[in-house]
Amino acid sequence: MTMMDTGEDIGGWETIRRGISHSPELKEGIRTTLALAVLASAGQVVVPIAVQQTVDRGLRGSGGPDATFTTWLALAAAAAIVLTSWASYAMTARLFSTSERGLATLRVKAFRHVHDLPLLTQNTERRGALVARVTSDVDQVSQFLVFGGLLFVVSIGQILVATVLMIVYSWQLALVVWICFAPLFLSLRYFQRKLSIAYATVRRQVGILLSAISEPVVGAAVVRSYAVEARTQERIDAAVLAHQAASTRAQGFTAFSFSLGGISAGLANAGVLIVGIWLGQGRLWSDDISAGEVLAFAFIVTLFVGPVQFGTQVLTDAQNAIAGWRRVIGILDTPADLVDPGPSGQTLPAGALDVAFEGVGFAYPGGPPVLRDIDLTIPAGRRVAVVGETGSGKSTLAKLLTRLMDPTDGRVLLDGVDLREVAETSLRSSVVLVPQEGFLFDDTLAANARYGRLGATDDEILAAAADLGLGDWLAGLPDGLATRVGQRGESLSAGERQLVALLRAQLADPDLLVLDEATSAVDPELETRIGRALERLMSGRTSVTIAHRLSTAEAADEVVVVDHGRIVQRGPHAALVQEDGSVYAGLHASWVAQRG
Amino acid sequence: MTDERVSGAGSTGAGFAVLWVAIKREPAVFTISTIGSLLFGALTVADAWVLGWSTDHVVLPAFRDGEIGGGLLWAVLGLFLGVAILRAVGIVARRLGAGVMQYRMQARSRRAVTRQYLSLPMEWHQKHPTGELLSNANSDVEAAWGPIAPLPMAVGTVAMMVIAVVQMLFADLVLAVVGLLVFPLVIATNVIYQRLAQGWATRAQQLRGELSEIAHESFDGAMVVKTLGREPEETARFRAKAEELRETNIRVGRIRAAFDPTLAALPNIAVLIVLVLGVHRVLSGATVAGDVVTVTYLLTVVSFPIRSIGWLLGEFPRSVVGYRRVDAVLRASGAMPYGEATAPVSGDGARLDVSGLAYGYHADRPLLRDLSFTVEPGRTVALVGATASGKSTLTNLLTRLVDVDAGAIRVDGLDVRELARGELARVLSVVPQTAFLFDDTVRGNITLGADVPDEEVWEALRTAQADGFVAALSDGLDTRLGERGTSLSGGQRQRISLARALVRRPRLLVLDDATSAVDPEVEARILAGLRSEDRDATLVVVAYRKATIGLADEVLFLSDGAIVDRGPHDELVGRNDDYARLVNAYEAEHEGVTS
Ligand SMILES: Nc1ncnc2c1ncn2[C@@H]1O[C@H](COP(=O)(O)OP(=O)(O)OP(=O)(O)O)[C@@H](O)[C@H]1O
Ligand SMILES: Nc1ncnc2c1ncn2[C@@H]1O[C@H](COP(=O)(O)OP(=O)(O)OP(=O)(O)O)[C@@H](O)[C@H]1O
Ligand SMILES: [Mg+2]
Ligand SMILES: [Mg+2]
Repeated sequence: MTMMDTGEDIGGWETIRRGISHSPELKEGIRTTLALAVLASAGQVVVPIAVQQTVDRGLRGSGGPDATFTTWLALAAAAAIVLTSWASYAMTARLFSTSERGLATLRVKAFRHVHDLPLLTQNTERRGALVARVTSDVDQVSQFLVFGGLLFVVSIGQILVATVLMIVYSWQLALVVWICFAPLFLSLRYFQRKLSIAYATVRRQVGILLSAISEPVVGAAVVRSYAVEARTQERIDAAVLAHQAASTRAQGFTAFSFSLGGISAGLANAGVLIVGIWLGQGRLWSDDISAGEVLAFAFIVTLFVGPVQFGTQVLTDAQNAIAGWRRVIGILDTPADLVDPGPSGQTLPAGALDVAFEGVGFAYPGGPPVLRDIDLTIPAGRRVAVVGETGSGKSTLAKLLTRLMDPTDGRVLLDGVDLREVAETSLRSSVVLVPQEGFLFDDTLAANARYGRLGATDDEILAAAADLGLGDWLAGLPDGLATRVGQRGESLSAGERQLVALLRAQLADPDLLVLDEATSAVDPELETRIGRALERLMSGRTSVTIAHRLSTAEAADEVVVVDHGRIVQRGPHAALVQEDGSVYAGLHASWVAQRG
Repeated sequence: MTDERVSGAGSTGAGFAVLWVAIKREPAVFTISTIGSLLFGALTVADAWVLGWSTDHVVLPAFRDGEIGGGLLWAVLGLFLGVAILRAVGIVARRLGAGVMQYRMQARSRRAVTRQYLSLPMEWHQKHPTGELLSNANSDVEAAWGPIAPLPMAVGTVAMMVIAVVQMLFADLVLAVVGLLVFPLVIATNVIYQRLAQGWATRAQQLRGELSEIAHESFDGAMVVKTLGREPEETARFRAKAEELRETNIRVGRIRAAFDPTLAALPNIAVLIVLVLGVHRVLSGATVAGDVVTVTYLLTVVSFPIRSIGWLLGEFPRSVVGYRRVDAVLRASGAMPYGEATAPVSGDGARLDVSGLAYGYHADRPLLRDLSFTVEPGRTVALVGATASGKSTLTNLLTRLVDVDAGAIRVDGLDVRELARGELARVLSVVPQTAFLFDDTVRGNITLGADVPDEEVWEALRTAQADGFVAALSDGLDTRLGERGTSLSGGQRQRISLARALVRRPRLLVLDDATSAVDPEVEARILAGLRSEDRDATLVVVAYRKATIGLADEVLFLSDGAIVDRGPHDELVGRNDDYARLVNAYEAEHEGVTS
């Protein structure tokens, strides 16, 4: 089995590259957007040029102030401002659009992949943390994509232009500037690594935080009735504080790395002036540079410093975004070990299926074997009851039979086909498991039933209920099929939840029905009624029923007794009870005793 | 904590109100970061001054005279570096300060909001999906305090703006006034922005909540989704919401995309107007060229504060929505009132009195009507009733997960509503119908943090017949069970849940069908254990099985919302047909099979 991938060991560039390939929308129209970005950034020079021109030619022109020239210049500049502002708007709007579209795609992909993962892998990550991965981790990326990503490219361009400009003026001074910035550029890698770790911690803490909150919210009744609010709050507080500490730490690195840029800039300014003087004095290379050129150079340096500062800022944001991004990609990287054979998969024939376990063994990851040497064949149409002590492996058997897990040894065959070769869609429509712990969605009763058969009409649902002997119950509900079941079905009684799960299975109309304690919370009268109904409905289907109440076993064609992971007895009820001192005889004796 | 209500029609006022809440909470950090910001601003100006000084005193003389003292060169280096280092200090103070403030406020809100989750009644929880609560605690809190990040910068630059404006007014009043027309325009732009963005931002936060809801529910029910092959439909459900969020975010983004450049353009346009007007005024002799240049320069200085205030205002719509959503949780009322009384914890079983109890989930449809019964100390009572007859509801009322609509529940004569918070749990333990285990160790799940010696834990496990499998776990009591106890079988979970109640040695123990997933043999042993334990706890068991019922001194038969009959099992079977039919269903079945 595989653990859920944290994504934490995907490199930074790797993350961006793979992130983009998962969200192709991000690349859409990128050239136009880039052109707009360049245009928008050109807007920064419009006003300085206009002012300088007005001063030189409009105000201090040789012929005195020139109103006409100034007016035309202003109009032209205004047009340029409108144009570049529009470019800025268009660029940002496009970035919002592509990144939101790209991220929505990524979110949905990741969500789907979580469902495609095997049950055991899903269980290696807590629900709250999974939710964080498809919600806030994704949100983290958007800020960067809109305000960082592309503008980083623009600022690299600006840095290059400024460098060229500097070299044109004086390659020596250009060298000085680059030397002054070298420590910053070199330390960048170090800070990026630190930031990467810091932000990864922040994202991990968000997952922990959401898990810490969701658990007591779901288990509110237990927290309440055992009055453990204080301890629960302590645990949440610990997660909140850990998240706060991680965020503050990350912010510290951010602030520090950003401030370094300013120091380099100061150093570069001083360096330019000093080296400029030396150059002017001919102390270094015999080069003649004028005072004016040195001063002009000092201004060009600001053209270099601005984008460098912005660039470092973007790199920081990038680490934050990458931290979120790689967690989402991590989901997609987690292999689904239960591989759907895909188009080559076989389709199960319609009609009752026969079942065979061949030398099946199973151990949960890192645990001892739970099932051993299971050899079992169930002819099509047979009704089999599985009984055994708590923890003997009955549910495990059911999960292997419905391929929620693959056996560690041996194989499970349906109609002679290894389950691993059966197409997923065919499997899910032919084989239905009503699990021990049913789950209802916060919707109406009808909507929950339709999880069994999409598009079932109300009449079909009512008919299925009547078949199961649940007509009276349904009729007794004030809102009938429109009854809202509440979160996890908690507005229904435990027994009613099981009834809905059964109704769902009945609608699904499977060829092999596996019931794992499906009526354990239903009252005896109703349970026996359902039992009789099921007996009728099972004809033409194969069924495997796990039950603690041996009434089910008594009615089955065959009973399979599981004990400590092995099948110790099998045969019809009447025969098994006769085997004195057997496991089944023991179970039955206590059942009879209980029945009173 | 954040009891300030943010009001105001537009989000600007409300946005400032949210910030004010933060400033009042964190005045020191706010001051430090603002000083950092001012330092940064001042040193940016100083940088220009250093360049000027170096030009006049070092560069120009050096080129003119050809010779310059090494000391002056060091001075240049020192000045530039000094300013740069101080400015770096300013940056760190501003950014770190803003961060500290922001994360402190977040942590505060998160703690307050989760405290509220823990104290709000079950009814409230049933109306608020888990996913939404996660979103409140995460995304909404983050949104609420988002503007703290750009706050110090904005405040710091206000000083810059004020100085520039005053200078402008001194330079040329007319030009200054024209230039200052930029401010009403900035305000108008902001008003329009807030109006346009508020609705969409609200919708976006709401959708984030709903998306989180779908994700949480869908992952919670992953096994059902998988067994029924409903992955495509679940994905479609999630996709629909994700796409709605996407469209909304794009709209918010478009409005935001227009806001920033508009704010940036306004001072620029003002500069151009001032230039044109300035030239005319110079021509008419009303002013001199130098003043025109000064005013335009000052206007460009002003444009930076305007932009940084814009970044602050830009965050407001989301912030206000986030704050309001969090605030709604904090204001949710209905937290259960508790009394002052304490309950005696030692001694024999507690006496339970239920009188005239009525309860319904819907006001017009009472589920339990006029229920009255007494359980004497040390007695065992079985509560029997058909599916959905209200047994679990009654146990919830007993533990005060909900309060009665009418009547009263008394333990040892004390109305449970008079007990102080946490007192009831010291007397009474309930084993719920569906076991809920925490992602914790076996020990943690049983003690729930209480200081209980291991021997007592083992003893409880023994009574619950759970000692065998726990001993076989790799780390014994220290084995972690996974979220909701996934690494155990259904029956094993139930038994841990049972041990959790037993270890508390409650004076009143309520078992709500707590052995349904346990096979008959084990159940028989557990029941025997409960009975032989010489604890004289009062026991209320919800059960169908006759063995369990047989253990009871008395049976309460619940039907149609009332106790329709009560007495020893044998008598009830004889006189109440409904009861007999319910509990004898298996035998009837058995007869049917064998005959
Ligand atoms: N996800 C898991 N990880 C590790 N161990 C597990 C897991 N699920 C079950 N087990 C262990 O495997 C064994 C068999 O469990 P299984 O659920 O199959 O029992 P069961 O026969 O269905 O019991 P019950 O009657 O209580 O439902 C138990 O010892 C249990 O602790
Ligand atoms: N939170 C709720 N909101 C609305 N109705 C509810 C809620 N909880 C329970 N009900 C309804 O109240 C009735 C009684 O439910 P309750 O859980 O008390 O039954 P029960 O006797 O314990 O049944 P079971 O034997 O199935 O456990 C049911 O009809 C159920 O649908
Ligand atoms: Mg099981
Ligand atoms: Mg119940």
